[in-house]
Amino acid sequence: MALPAHAGKIETIWYYTFRVLCGIIFFFLIAPIVIIIPLSFNSVPFFTFTSEMLSLDPAGYSLKWYQDFFTDLNWQGAVQNSFIIAIFSTLISTTLGTIAALGLSRSEMPAKTVVMGILISPMIVPLIISAAGMFFFYTNIGLASTHLGVILAHAALATPFVVIVVTATLVGFDQSLIRAAATLGASPVVTFFKVTVPLILPGVISGALFAFVTSFDEVVVVKFVGSYEQRTIPWAMFSGIREQISPTILAVATMLIILSASLLATLELLRRRNERLRGMSPG
Amino acid sequence: MNKLFTQTLLAMAVATAAVGTAAAKDLVFVSWGGAYTASQQKAYHEPWMAMNPDIKIVNDDSGGGALAKLRAMQEAGNLTWDLIDMTASDAIIACDEGLAMEIDHDTMLAPAPDGTPASKDFGDMIVSPCYIPQIVYSTTFGYRTDLVGDTPPTSINDVFDLEKYPGKRSLEKRPINNFEWALLADGVAPDQIYEVLGTDEGVERALAKLDTIKDQVVWWEKGAQTPQLLADGEVVMGSTYNGRLFSVIEEEKQPIAMLWDWQVFDLDGWVVPVGGKNEADVLEYLRFATDTQRLADQAKFISYGPARASSAPMVGKHAVLGIDMGPHMPTAPDNAKNTLLYNYEFWADNLDDMNEKFQAWLAQ
Amino acid sequence: MSTTVESIAAEQMVTADGIPLKVSLARARRRARNRALLLVAPLFLFIFVTFFIPIFSMLFRSVENELVGETLHRTVPLLQNWDESGDAIPGEEVFAALVQDFAEAQETKTAGRPGRRLNYEKPGFSSLFRKTARKAEKLEPPYKEAMIKISKDWGDIEYWRVLKRESGKYTKAYYLSALDFSYDPEGNIVKNPGEESIYIKLFWRTLWMSMLITVLCLVLAYPISYLLSTLPARSSNLLLILVLLPFWTSLLVRTSAWIAILQQEGVINDFLVFLGFLTDDGRLAMIHNQVGTIVAMVHVLLPFMVLPLYSVMKTIPPSYLRAARSLGANPFTAFVRVYMPNTVAGIGAGGILVFIIAIGYYITPALVGGQSGTLISNLIAYHLEASLNWGLAAALGAILLGGVLVLYLLYDKVVGIDNMKLG
Repeated sequence: MALPAHAGKIETIWYYTFRVLCGIIFFFLIAPIVIIIPLSFNSVPFFTFTSEMLSLDPAGYSLKWYQDFFTDLNWQGAVQNSFIIAIFSTLISTTLGTIAALGLSRSEMPAKTVVMGILISPMIVPLIISAAGMFFFYTNIGLASTHLGVILAHAALATPFVVIVVTATLVGFDQSLIRAAATLGASPVVTFFKVTVPLILPGVISGALFAFVTSFDEVVVVKFVGSYEQRTIPWAMFSGIREQISPTILAVATMLIILSASLLATLELLRRRNERLRGMSPG
Repeated sequence: MNKLFTQTLLAMAVATAAVGTAAAKDLVFVSWGGAYTASQQKAYHEPWMAMNPDIKIVNDDSGGGALAKLRAMQEAGNLTWDLIDMTASDAIIACDEGLAMEIDHDTMLAPAPDGTPASKDFGDMIVSPCYIPQIVYSTTFGYRTDLVGDTPPTSINDVFDLEKYPGKRSLEKRPINNFEWALLADGVAPDQIYEVLGTDEGVERALAKLDTIKDQVVWWEKGAQTPQLLADGEVVMGSTYNGRLFSVIEEEKQPIAMLWDWQVFDLDGWVVPVGGKNEADVLEYLRFATDTQRLADQAKFISYGPARASSAPMVGKHAVLGIDMGPHMPTAPDNAKNTLLYNYEFWADNLDDMNEKFQAWLAQ
Repeated sequence: MSTTVESIAAEQMVTADGIPLKVSLARARRRARNRALLLVAPLFLFIFVTFFIPIFSMLFRSVENELVGETLHRTVPLLQNWDESGDAIPGEEVFAALVQDFAEAQETKTAGRPGRRLNYEKPGFSSLFRKTARKAEKLEPPYKEAMIKISKDWGDIEYWRVLKRESGKYTKAYYLSALDFSYDPEGNIVKNPGEESIYIKLFWRTLWMSMLITVLCLVLAYPISYLLSTLPARSSNLLLILVLLPFWTSLLVRTSAWIAILQQEGVINDFLVFLGFLTDDGRLAMIHNQVGTIVAMVHVLLPFMVLPLYSVMKTIPPSYLRAARSLGANPFTAFVRVYMPNTVAGIGAGGILVFIIAIGYYITPALVGGQSGTLISNLIAYHLEASLNWGLAAALGAILLGGVLVLYLLYDKVVGIDNMKLG
């Protein structure tokens, strides 16, 4: 959208106004995330930039909120639970979701839209309703207040993301490759691992990342289905914000931002790899 | 980050082994978390665990939603809790609904040092047969000393006086206490409050009084919010539990003072769920943890009054600050000139109905 | 024409083992279909057990009403013969049954819950049941007088009418409350007076706030999506990170960031005071109200609008606009008449997605919404956790879910569920 050479005065003004406008919107998107990083190094328990901070005086900065985080059992327990729950629910949802996506993307699949609609409904139903239902049901079958209960609940919530992402990868998947492998004498199992898996792997991994983040970021269901023993990072943040918002929460937030940035980078690499592979496949 | 990573791996290894199981002698006690659980830990749990090294008390800080979860667990017959800390009104419901065990206070609990049986020592505080009270706390007001000029507020009327004390106030987002205070400030005699409140006109009157300050009210839901709002200077005055105000005044040294006028007393105590797996251990714990000395000990860590009459003279100095805790108790004569006791019977009948009216009024 | 030829050909053709090709093909197709279904089955089963059963059994609570009939199992059948439209309370026979029921309920400790259940319909039932249960065992006939002596409420026909009405196995009372209707003393369904209707108001608020958030998201997303789609890939990929990073960042992180920014001692207020636009005691209240909820939710949901818009805009060839210009349209007309109609699919996809998410939002309003900024989900949570009126929570949830499902179907019509993309 470079400014054409023949642009008139109004167009020139509009061109720059538009860019400034977009700049402001991008700023709105990113500023809140950037701004809490320095605030987490605050030496006083406030959410503002102190004059020491602004004059870059080292006394205005401190690592004590990080220290607080790493020494507090409440937070450490939350970190452990978050990873345990997210990893196991990712494993379950990625496995089930990928298999289902393979079925869904077959042309022979009957009533595809209806089945898809049902499978991704956990993403659409408001969380409070899912949480309430799971609260009663899981209590009933003895899974409430257990890690397993929360893992299953999160796996259910995360499968839609896996299904959507993997199905999207499979749209460009050339079924004739499988037939080609078969005619060349490969068994279905060999074909699956040698042909299908390498091609859909980027999609599966990004689906798994979505699933991981869904679980890692979830708080409503965990609060209803789990109890304090299953507290996760978002749970601790949620009750922290409600109770007494301290810069420790900002320190946690900063670390989570770093985590999401690295997830994003992974995803971007996968996307590029996927595009490269797509470029190679015929059609 | 490296440490985090190894911890995560470790945690995964542990979790795969421990998903859904607990050690044979873990007792799960549900309480409110924060400073309150810490005071119970110091005064009750630690000494008792020292005497019973094979038992570990696990604190479950899901206090606020405890009644809902307890009801769901009992409905399903899947109880995982051993002892629950509840406010008196929740305990009455739990008892009514058969979720909690009835207690014979005299045989199950220790008598006072002078031999007075427990039921006499606790007296009126036993508001339900299932209830073992620990503390008396009050909901009262704190104000910013630097924002009220030369004449600090002294009466509940000042909360409703925007001319004398402009600025935001924080009130709890529920009708309880606010309706009583509104009627008192509107000139209703203290002994007629519930008679008035029992009529539609009375509710309208209370809401009309609250209407006069509605624009200036920040509504809180958790006890820590008012101290925080006061410390941040977001409100001039606000209601909260007296212990929370104590810690923000005496421990954090914020420019805040207490306004005790028409503080509302309420209780907090233990409830034993029906059908707990470790009932014998829990009862043994309760006999120890609710005796005269232990209840007095808790007041060293948090400024709530012990529920036993015999504990009052034994309340000493704050464990860390070293100040005398007596004058900071809501029950101290200077603080308790005008007080109300939470009317459990009235609110058990009318809370749902009045809450709808209150919510509707809030939403206007 | 060609299909007929083929089908005729297929009919006549036979496979090596003598089966007509048509049959063999059909069989192969059936096998393939079964294989596809088999692949989907495990997930379907998993979702069914871990998700659908819980939700349906929860929603069933909105009509379920067995408690009263179970506890008062002697009284309730007798009540069927009592005429509630008259003005006489039931006779001694009913009272005798009631006393027996209460004595039994006292033993099993089951009187409290139906009392609390009926208290939703008429305040006073809770203490009435509690009082009665405590004393029922010791009562002597005549029971009618003895009961009225315990509480004069037993002589009040309104209590009896409510008791009879709510003694069935199912009730519509929760849905009535959820829609701000109630029964008058004679048992007719009436609309609650304006100042006492809260749920409808909250549904409306949820609707208009979600709508406003959706529109704001669209207004903010449109220009940047346009910019992203027209920039060369290198720079657009770079700018896309500014959209994707918030998208991948924890919701709690973003919400706490907004608290830090918007609160009265927060970044914006400090900045404005520092610049002298505000006095120290004139700080703006931007949080714990609707402003806080809207700002934070727009930020949280904006990526959900940008991503579908961007993917649609990327496919619109720039030559369209150039063609319009060369045919004499001014830039504005060209954009509105030629470009925008091509983006309708993206607007629909993003708009409905954002709206669906917004309408059921819980976390952000709970943390920054204060009183005026809370949504229907927050009230559902309140009835689940605090008031324990699970039937009402289920009824509110069912209504909300119904609305969301309508939107979901609309999404399917506009975008197609199998076209849903992420990131």
